[in-house]
Order: sequence, then structure tokens, then C-alpha cells
Amino acid sequence: MEKIHTHTGVGVPLRRSNVDTDQIIPAVYLKRVTRTGFEDALFAAWRGDPSFVLNQEAYSAGSVLVAGPDFGTGSSREHAVWALKDYGFRVVLSSRFADIFRGNSGKQGLVAGVVSPEDLEILWKILETRPGTEVTVDLEAKTATADDVTVPFQIDDYTRWRLMEGLDDIGLTLQQADKITAFEATREPWRPKTLPARHLPSVEIEAARPV
Amino acid sequence: MAGTLAEKVWEAHLVRRGEGGSPDLLYIDLHLVHEVTSPQAFEGLRLAGRQVRRPDLTIATEDHNTPTLDIDRPIADLTSRTQIDTLRANAKEFGVRLHSLGDADQGIVHQVGPQLGLTMPGLTVVCGDSHTSTHGAFGALAFGIGTSEVEHVLATQTLPLAPFKTMAITVNGTLPAGTTSKDIILAIIAKIGTGGGQGYVLEYRGEAIRALSMEARMTICNMSIEAGARAGMIAPDETTFEYLEGRPHAPEGEDWDAAVEYWRTLRTDDDARFDAEVVLEAADLEPFVTWGTNPGQGLPLSASVPVPADIADEGERETAAKALEYMGLTAGTPLRDIPVDTVFIGSCTNGRIEDLRSVAKVVKGRKKADSLRVLVVPSSARVRLQAEAEGLDVIFKEFGAEWRNAGCSMCLGMNPDQLAPGERSASTSNRNFEGRQGKGGRTHLVSPLVAAATAIRGTLSSVGDLDLPDAIDITTFDGTPLDGVGASPLGESVVDLPIPVAIGSAPSGSAAGQPALR
Repeated sequence: MEKIHTHTGVGVPLRRSNVDTDQIIPAVYLKRVTRTGFEDALFAAWRGDPSFVLNQEAYSAGSVLVAGPDFGTGSSREHAVWALKDYGFRVVLSSRFADIFRGNSGKQGLVAGVVSPEDLEILWKILETRPGTEVTVDLEAKTATADDVTVPFQIDDYTRWRLMEGLDDIGLTLQQADKITAFEATREPWRPKTLPARHLPSVEIEAARPV
Repeated sequence: MAGTLAEKVWEAHLVRRGEGGSPDLLYIDLHLVHEVTSPQAFEGLRLAGRQVRRPDLTIATEDHNTPTLDIDRPIADLTSRTQIDTLRANAKEFGVRLHSLGDADQGIVHQVGPQLGLTMPGLTVVCGDSHTSTHGAFGALAFGIGTSEVEHVLATQTLPLAPFKTMAITVNGTLPAGTTSKDIILAIIAKIGTGGGQGYVLEYRGEAIRALSMEARMTICNMSIEAGARAGMIAPDETTFEYLEGRPHAPEGEDWDAAVEYWRTLRTDDDARFDAEVVLEAADLEPFVTWGTNPGQGLPLSASVPVPADIADEGERETAAKALEYMGLTAGTPLRDIPVDTVFIGSCTNGRIEDLRSVAKVVKGRKKADSLRVLVVPSSARVRLQAEAEGLDVIFKEFGAEWRNAGCSMCLGMNPDQLAPGERSASTSNRNFEGRQGKGGRTHLVSPLVAAATAIRGTLSSVGDLDLPDAIDITTFDGTPLDGVGASPLGESVVDLPIPVAIGSAPSGSAAGQPALR
């Protein structure tokens, strides 16, 4: 994972709350089996609307999304983060994130910073007044700066450290392999195992037909 | 030290306690896998040269993309077929048990775990699907994870997790006739909002919850995520043990006794403290339906479409106005006057046998309204078999409904079961987001009973709007079959079968115990 200390890019004001992951990327795009190439799917339902913010030239190359509260609610699809990253976003600022989305972001190197509702409004006003304004996000200082305004954002220390070090979660955990093996030795025998497989008797399933 | 149910399960799975702001490392007992959120995780393993650490704690099924018609023919949609084929190839390569389309154990992942007896109290259960909260109905700590986390669990059987807060949701009293656990959870979400549970594990308690069957408890826990909570739990009790005993993977003999003894300790201590508490009176509830485009935008069926101008909060007012525009609704219209085009009965929320029985009770001997279509999609192939053994399929077909094969289906429209633009549904599923059931589709979330009554009348309706014979007891949701209509196929002897995924030398495409797909 790429290390991130600071990022500067065009800020995109998304003045909507409750942007759920079905809006970020509709389910129809989840059928792909690759990890990249989801940029066309981002906000697909809104992209056809010429007035949508990303369809305005000043914002189209944006990389810092400034969104309303409860961003990323709904389905756990990580594709939402991939779509944002594939489009070019590196940072999302909002006054509240859904838990799963925030977790997914940290793992994929997308900064999800929580700003206060008042600061969110200030950032929106700046970005709407002067489209194309760049926002500088400093993970070290936990601040976002647009024009002459600097606002603080929150991000948990562990995620911030991992983002700044570019560390991959699995590698970190596998350093604890001995502890995992020791834990496994203490698991009770009643805990279920999927193998060997047990079932009720197999039965042929009749295919339903169109009526 | 006194603890809540969730804290007890968490503590029992600590591989390592986090220090200096780093998260705890938790062991995962059961990992459920499906075709949509797993391909990139397996790809990650392959790229890093890693194996699946515990294939014996992992199980996969095909559900999101699978068609519900013509399942013995090749999947028409190429990308859907690719996802299914990719899962099959990954399961084979990594030695993961897979229940494929056409297999009697195929179905929605959140039905497959419980029906096989794999979901148990006191487990940690994860799946790359936000409705994994369903399994909390058994007293398991169960939550949805993203694809990176799927890869993490495959590689390590653990997850680094930050601690959560706890919220008690107590539902006192007895549910009125015609209301169900779906109405409880829709009312809870309307009360606390779609973000109200963020950062919390919810524990549902109280007399009304205790009285619910396992199926009804699963409906409630399933929608915890729609209140923003990653997990919802219900302490295990006799209802739980009764559901589990004798299922294929339930413990046996001494293991069963040891398990039950431990499971009885899985309750919140009387002196434990929750970080937040919410109380509802069941007697105040009535059938609930959503009018907007998030699950928190719900109202009792007797209400009218809200008037945005009357909403004080500016943000909520705008959200409501946008929702009404999308939904094609006029403020002030009585909810009961809203005509629907499609009734969808199914999903991991309400596609279980008990849901099908309650719908069958209401529609038996009647005809659906001419103006709409009715889709009945069982949550798993076993549920379909059981319904057929009980004669429910005949009741549905005579009613004019389509009786489909199992899967996620129109809940999210990844397969051909979609709403057309502008089409309106009454759906027993869990999300009414814009475009969820098809681009431009309009969804009203409802209980199975409201779905049944709506299918009869053509507009959003409750069973109270019907002239039901006194003999039909719609208050009974204890999982008992309809009177005199066949026996349940459950209860037969459990057999050990060869692993149904083609591991190693098994012939590809016709793994043991499942018919080959042509």
C-alpha cells in the first residue's frame, strides 16, 4: 500500500447526506471479479445528470470528496472504496461515516476524515464559491486546508499510522501467527467445522420456469 | 466483572488485546463466503502466495447472482456467470466447501448457516455481506466485512477490530395481531434512524423478543445494519437450543451438553451497563411500511405520506422531498391508497419457511389482484423443498404468484429479477434505496403479512383490511406448519456426504451431492 502523508487535490462538494453504497456504486457493477476499473461505476445513477457535481468541468478531476453526513451507509461492498479510488479520490471528508465504509477505506489507502458539521459547511461554501479550489489534507497534523481556511479532521490513530506507513493488515497479523495457533489449541470441540460436510439427504431441485 | 452478551463473546475470542491504540485481534469461528465479495479476496491470496488458513471454518454458497428461473440452464448474464464460475474455481483451488446452484443446500448465505446448524450461540461469524448481522439471532457476534477483511480472514482466521459500544433495545409486552418482527425492526429504525446504531452492537431484549421464533429473531437482527449497527444480538434460550438440536452440524452427545451449559451463560449480567438504551412497547406497534428511500423513512400503515414542509430539520426536509420525488408520491396521500405493481416475498430478511407459511395462511384460496405480479422466492433450496412438502407452493400458484428457485433475487436485482423504471414494489426485503431493486424502481419495505394483504388488495394493506375467516390464526408465528399440509423434511436422519466442492480429484462440474449444471 502506498504511504500517504499529505495529499493536495481539487475538492468536490457533494451536498448530500445519507449517500449509501448503492449510490456510490450500484449493485449491477459488483459483478466484476477484478480489483480495478470501477471508475465508470462511481455514482453511476447520478453521472447521467449534467448538473451533477462531477459532470462540471471544474470538479471533474477532483480527488478530495467533501460529502454530507452518513456517507457510505448500507451494503458492505468494498467496491465503493475501489470506485472512489479508481476515479481518483484519495480523501473523503464527511461529518459522519458508516462504520464498515470507514473500515474499508483505511484498508485500501483512502483517507476517511471526520470533520465537524460546521467545518463541513465552511468547506462546501469555499468549494462551491470557487470551483476547482484545491484542498490539502495533512495526515500528520490531521488538518484539511482550502484557501486560507484550515479545519481539523478526526481519524483513529491506528488507521492513520497504517496509512502513513503504508502497512498491509494481513502482513501485520501474520506476525502474530504463534498467538493464533496457541488460541486455536484452546477452542472447544463443540465449535462447528464446515468440513467434513454434513447435510440432510440430497434431493434434486426442480428448476422453476417462467409462467 | 459484569458484562453484556456482546462483551462476553468478544472476550472469548481475543487472540491478542490491542495496545497503544491498535485494535484487538479476534478469532473468527465461522466465515461465510459468496460470489460477489470474494473474487478479489481470493485474487489477493493468490498474488501474495497465501493459503486459506482454515477451510474447515469456511463455507461458500452462490446466492446474489443466481437466477430464480431455469436454474438448470447456463446463466444468461455473462458477468453473473463469470462471478459464479470464479467462485467455483476459487473454492476448488483453495479447498473451500461450496454449495452451488442446483444443490439442495444452496441458498442465501444467511439461511444456509443457520439451517445447517453451523450458526450457533457464542460464535464470531463474518461474511462479506452487511446482513451477516442475521446470525446474531443465535447469540453469535456476527457482522459484515469488506473484501479486504474477507481476504484477511481467509489468510489468518482473525480480524483486527476496534472495540464497539453496546446498545440495549428492549421491546416490552406482546405484539398485536397482524404485526410481526419486521414491524418491530422497521419501527426501531424509524425511531433511532439509519445512523442511530453506528458504532454499537445492539442487543434486543424484553418479553416481545423472547416470544419470537428463531426465524422472527433473524428478521430483526438482519436489519440491525439498516440502523447503522454492524451487529445485533439476542441472548440464546430454549427457543435457540430447540432450533439447533439435530441439525446437521449441531454438536452431539457430550459436546452438545457442554455447549448448552456454556450457551446458558451467554446473557447480559443483571448489573452490566449498556452505553445506550432504547425502549419500545410492542402493544403500540402496528404494521409498518416505508415511504421513502432509506429504511428509516417508515411509518405505521395507518399514516399518510409525510409533508416535507412540516419537517423542522432542514436536512431531513430536503431528504424527504427528494425521496418523495424519487418515489413518485404526493405528500399527504394515505399510505393505504398507494397501489403497487409487484409484490416480492423473499430475501435473507423474510424468505424463511415461517414467512412463507404466514403468507400462505393469508392467501390460501384467494386470487391476487389483477394489477400486480407476485414473486415468491424462498431463501434457500431447503426452504423451497420444505414449503413444497407442506403444499405451500400449490397455495401460491393457485393464488397467481410465481414460485421461484432460491436466492437473493429482487432484494437487490443482481439477477434478472428487477423492477422496471418507475415500477413500485411492496417488498419483504431490507433496503429501499434508490435503484436497489432495479434502476428507477420504487420500493416499500413491508412484512410478509402486509405483502400478502397488499397482493390481494392491490394497494398497501394489512391483514386487518381483509375479511379473514376466524379460523385463520395470524398471530401464531411459532414455526409450526400449516394445519394438515404435509410434514417437514427436517428431522430426517443426518448423513455425512462427501465434500460437495470438487477438491482435488473430484470431477469438476458435477461435485458429489449436486446435479451437474448443463
